[in-house]
Amino acid sequence: MFERYGLGMIKGMMVTILHLLRHPTVSQYPDQCLNMSRRFRGNELIWSREKCTGCATCAKACPQGAIEIVTATVPADNKYEVQTYRVDTGYCIQCGLCVEACPFDAVYLGYSYERAKYRRGEVIQNDDEMKETPDKLASAYYHPEFADKLPVQTLLVDKIVEKGK
Amino acid sequence: MTTTQEMTLRTEPFVVNFGPVHPSTHGVYRMRATLDGEVILDIEPVFGYLHRGIEKLAEERTYTGFIPLTDRLDYLASMSNNLGYCIAVEKLAGIKVPERAEHIRVIMAELQRIASHSIAVGAFVNDCGAYFTPFLYLFREREKVLDLFDMVCGQRLTYNYMRIGGVSQDIPPEFLPALEKYVNHMTPFLNEFEFFLKQNEILLARAKGVGILPNQAAIDCGISGPVARASGVNWDLRKADPYSIYNRFEFDIPTGEAGDCYDRYRVRVEEMKQSLRIIGQAMKNIPDGPVRADVPHIIRAPRGEAYGHIEAPKGELGFYLVSDDSIAPYRCHIRPCSLINLTALREMVRGWKVADLIIIFGSIDITMGEVDR
Amino acid sequence: MITWQDFSTPVGLYKALPPDWPVNYWWHFAFFTVAILVFVIAMVLAAIYIERRGMGRMQSRLGPNRTGPFGLLQPIADAVKVLLKENLVPAMADKPIHWLAPVIAFFPVLLIFAVVPFQNGALLADLSIGILYVVAISSVTTVGVFMAGWGSSNKYSLLGAMRNVAAVVSYEIPLALSVVGVVLIAGSLSLNDIVLGQHIPFILLQPLGFLIFFTAGCAEINRSPFDLMEADSEIVAGFHTEYSGMKFAMFYLVEYAEAIALSAIITTLFLGGWKGWWLPPWLWFIIKTLVVFFVMVWTRTTLPRVRIDQLMALAWKFLFPLALLNLFITAAQVLVWPDGLPWVAVIINIAVMVALVVIWSRFFKVGWGRVNV
Repeated sequence: MFERYGLGMIKGMMVTILHLLRHPTVSQYPDQCLNMSRRFRGNELIWSREKCTGCATCAKACPQGAIEIVTATVPADNKYEVQTYRVDTGYCIQCGLCVEACPFDAVYLGYSYERAKYRRGEVIQNDDEMKETPDKLASAYYHPEFADKLPVQTLLVDKIVEKGK
Repeated sequence: MTTTQEMTLRTEPFVVNFGPVHPSTHGVYRMRATLDGEVILDIEPVFGYLHRGIEKLAEERTYTGFIPLTDRLDYLASMSNNLGYCIAVEKLAGIKVPERAEHIRVIMAELQRIASHSIAVGAFVNDCGAYFTPFLYLFREREKVLDLFDMVCGQRLTYNYMRIGGVSQDIPPEFLPALEKYVNHMTPFLNEFEFFLKQNEILLARAKGVGILPNQAAIDCGISGPVARASGVNWDLRKADPYSIYNRFEFDIPTGEAGDCYDRYRVRVEEMKQSLRIIGQAMKNIPDGPVRADVPHIIRAPRGEAYGHIEAPKGELGFYLVSDDSIAPYRCHIRPCSLINLTALREMVRGWKVADLIIIFGSIDITMGEVDR
Repeated sequence: MITWQDFSTPVGLYKALPPDWPVNYWWHFAFFTVAILVFVIAMVLAAIYIERRGMGRMQSRLGPNRTGPFGLLQPIADAVKVLLKENLVPAMADKPIHWLAPVIAFFPVLLIFAVVPFQNGALLADLSIGILYVVAISSVTTVGVFMAGWGSSNKYSLLGAMRNVAAVVSYEIPLALSVVGVVLIAGSLSLNDIVLGQHIPFILLQPLGFLIFFTAGCAEINRSPFDLMEADSEIVAGFHTEYSGMKFAMFYLVEYAEAIALSAIITTLFLGGWKGWWLPPWLWFIIKTLVVFFVMVWTRTTLPRVRIDQLMALAWKFLFPLALLNLFITAAQVLVWPDGLPWVAVIINIAVMVALVVIWSRFFKVGWGRVNV
C-alpha cells in the first residue's frame, strides 16, 4: 500500500503550505457585502396597484397558496378594484412562479435580503407596503429590462485567488 | 483481502446507534449497528425522518407548480431533478423543446453534476479524516458554479429553472464569458486537487479494497450512477438511452474495476473532468431562438402515463407520471436513486470496522431528501 | 561579584542569591514551578491561536479575527466560554471516576516540563534519568483517558478510550527505542547534557530516529493523522463526548499541552534545544518549539486519519523494526567514532534512512482486510 514511500503525503503537504501564501477567499460580512445577482429571488415582493387588475393568475400559479387577493366592485365609480393583496412571505418558497404568471407585469420580486423580523405576523406583506420605492428595488428575475438599474454581481471566478493562473 | 477470524474469547455483540443526528451521516439517517468490538456484524437502517410527502403533494399542485418541489428532492442537485421531471412531463404531453433551450439545459445539468460531485468527493475525504481541507477547496470551486447559477435564475440552491417545454428565462449576456472563465480555471484546479490527494498513502490504505461491491451484485440490486460504474457496470443513461441532445456530444464514461471506495472516488473525479468537456462543447454553438416552447402555464396533459429518467449525479433518477386529463398528475412516483443505491449498504459493510462503515456510507453519496422524499 | 547583567537572565537571577541562603532550593523550586505553569499556559494559548489561524489560512479561509486585533484574544475567549458552561454529568456515570479523569489526564503533562531545559542549567530538576522519566510519565495520561471513557457510560466513549489505550501502549516502544539512539550519541540520559552534546543537531545525525519519534509522538498525543481516538466524524468526540464545562477545558488543555510538551522534547532532543546565536537562549527554545508545533498543524491539515488496525500495524510492523535497526546502526557508529560523530555520519545516516524506508515499505502490509462474519 505504501508503494510511493511517503511521496504522496509530501505532495499533499506541499499543496497545503502553498495555500498559506494565497489570498483567502473570504469576505468579511457585514463590513464587505458582495453584490447579489441581478435576478435575485428574495422573499420580498413588489406590487403595483396601478397595473394590477385582480385577475388572480399569480394566486393560481403559486404552489403554496401564499397570495390572497380580495376584489370588489365599487358601484359608485362603476369600477372593479383590488381591495386586498396580501402575501405571506413566511409561507412563500421564493419560486417566482407568480412573477412569470402575471400577464400585466404587476408583481415583481424584490432585491433586498436583510429582512428578518421578530414576529411571524410581521412577515406578511400587504397592499401598498409593497410598492416600489427607490430603496426597494425590483430584481430582474423574469424582467431583464430592470437589470441595468442593479449593480453588477460579484463573481468568485473574477477574484484572482491563485497566483500565476 | 479476506481472512477468517476465530473468536477465542467469549464476547458478546452490542448494538450502537449511529443516530439521526451524527456528524457524518449525510442527513438524518439512522443506523443501528451490531458490533463485536470494532467489527460490524449487521446494520439495520432506519430512515424516514425527512419524509415530506412530496409524491402526494404532486397530486395537489399543477404540473408547473410542482417544479419548485422537485428542487427539494435532492437539494444538492436541483437542476437535475427539475430536468428529470420536465422530461417526464414532456414525454407525457408530447411537447417539443426548442434547440437553444436544449443547449442551455445540457450546460446546466453538467454544471450541476460538477457541483454535486464536489460535495460528494469532499464529504468522502472529510469522512476519511482529512480535516476539512479538501472539502473546503472543493466548496470554494462549488461557489463559482453557484455564482453562475445565481446569475441565471437568482437562487443558489433551489433553482426552479427548468420549465415544461424549455427553461424559464434566457441566459444573461454576461453568463457565457463567466462560464468560459470558469471552465478555463477548473481544469488546473482539478489537476492540483489530484496532485494533492490521488496518491496519498493514507487515503489509499483507507479506501482501496474497502467496501467492495461486486459487479453482479451491483446489477442485481439495481444500483446506478457512479457506484455502479465503479464496479465495472458500463451503464450511463447519457449513452445508453440518450435524452435531450447528449447524443451530439463527445465524452467518455469512466468506469472502475474493483468497486471499492477508492474507485468510486476516482470515478467521480473523472466524471467532473468529462462534464467540463461536455460544457466546453455545448458552449460553442448555442443557436438563437426561443428558450421556451409555447405552452400555457397550467398544462392539461392527455390521459396516459410516462416515465422520464435522467442520469442525475447520484444515479438514475426517474419520474413516473400518470395523468387523467386534469391539471395535476393523478400519480407521481419518483425513482429515488439514493435509496436504491443504499440497499446495497448492508452487504458492503459487514465484516468491516466502524471507521469503514462511515467511509463506505460516504462513498455511496446519498442525500436524505431523495431517500425520504 | 554580582553585576546588573546577572539579573537579565533567569539563570542569573537564580545565581544572584548568596549561596548560603537558607531556603535556596525552595526558592529554585518555587521559581521554576511558577515559571513552568506560566510557560505552559502561555504556550497553550499561543498554540491554540497558531493552530486555528494556520489551519484557516491553509484551508483558504481566515481563522478567527474578530476577538481582539487579529483574533489574538480568541483562546482567552474560548477559556471564558468553557468556564461559564454548565457541568453536565450523565445519570448513569460513575461519579468519582468521571470527576477524577481530567485531573489524572492533565497533571503528567505538567510534570514533563520539569526536566526540559530552557537554558543552560535552567530546569526544575536536572535528573540524571531525564528522558526516561519523560517516557514513563507521559504514559500516565492514558489512565486518565480510559477513566474518562469508562466513566461516561457511553458506547462511543468506550470505543474511543479502548482505541486510545491500544494505540498508546503500542507506540511507547518505537518512541523509547528512537530516543535510545540519541542517548547513545550524547552519552547521557539527562536532557541538559543531550542539548550540550549537540554540536551537530541530532536531527541531521538521526533522521530516522526523528521521523520515528515524531510519528510515535503524534500517535501518543492523539494528533492527526492518528486522531481516531476523538475522530469527529465517527464517534462524535470519543472519550470526551460527555464532558462539558471545566472538565472539558481540562481535556482540551491536555491535548494542546501534550502537543507543546512533545514539541519541547523534540526541540531538546533533535533540534539543539536552546542553542542559537544572537537571541537569548530561552527565546530560541520557544521559537523552535513553535516551529515543531507548526509542522504538527501542517500534518493535521493535510493528512487523512488511519484506522485502528492500520495504526497498530504501523507501530508493530513498520516503526518497531526500523527503530531497532536504527539503534544497531547508531551503536555501530558510536563504536567507530567514540569521540563524537563527524559530518560524514550525517550523509551516511540520511542515505541509510532513505534506503530503509524505501525497502521496508515494500514489505509492509497495512492492517487486516475484511473479517468473515
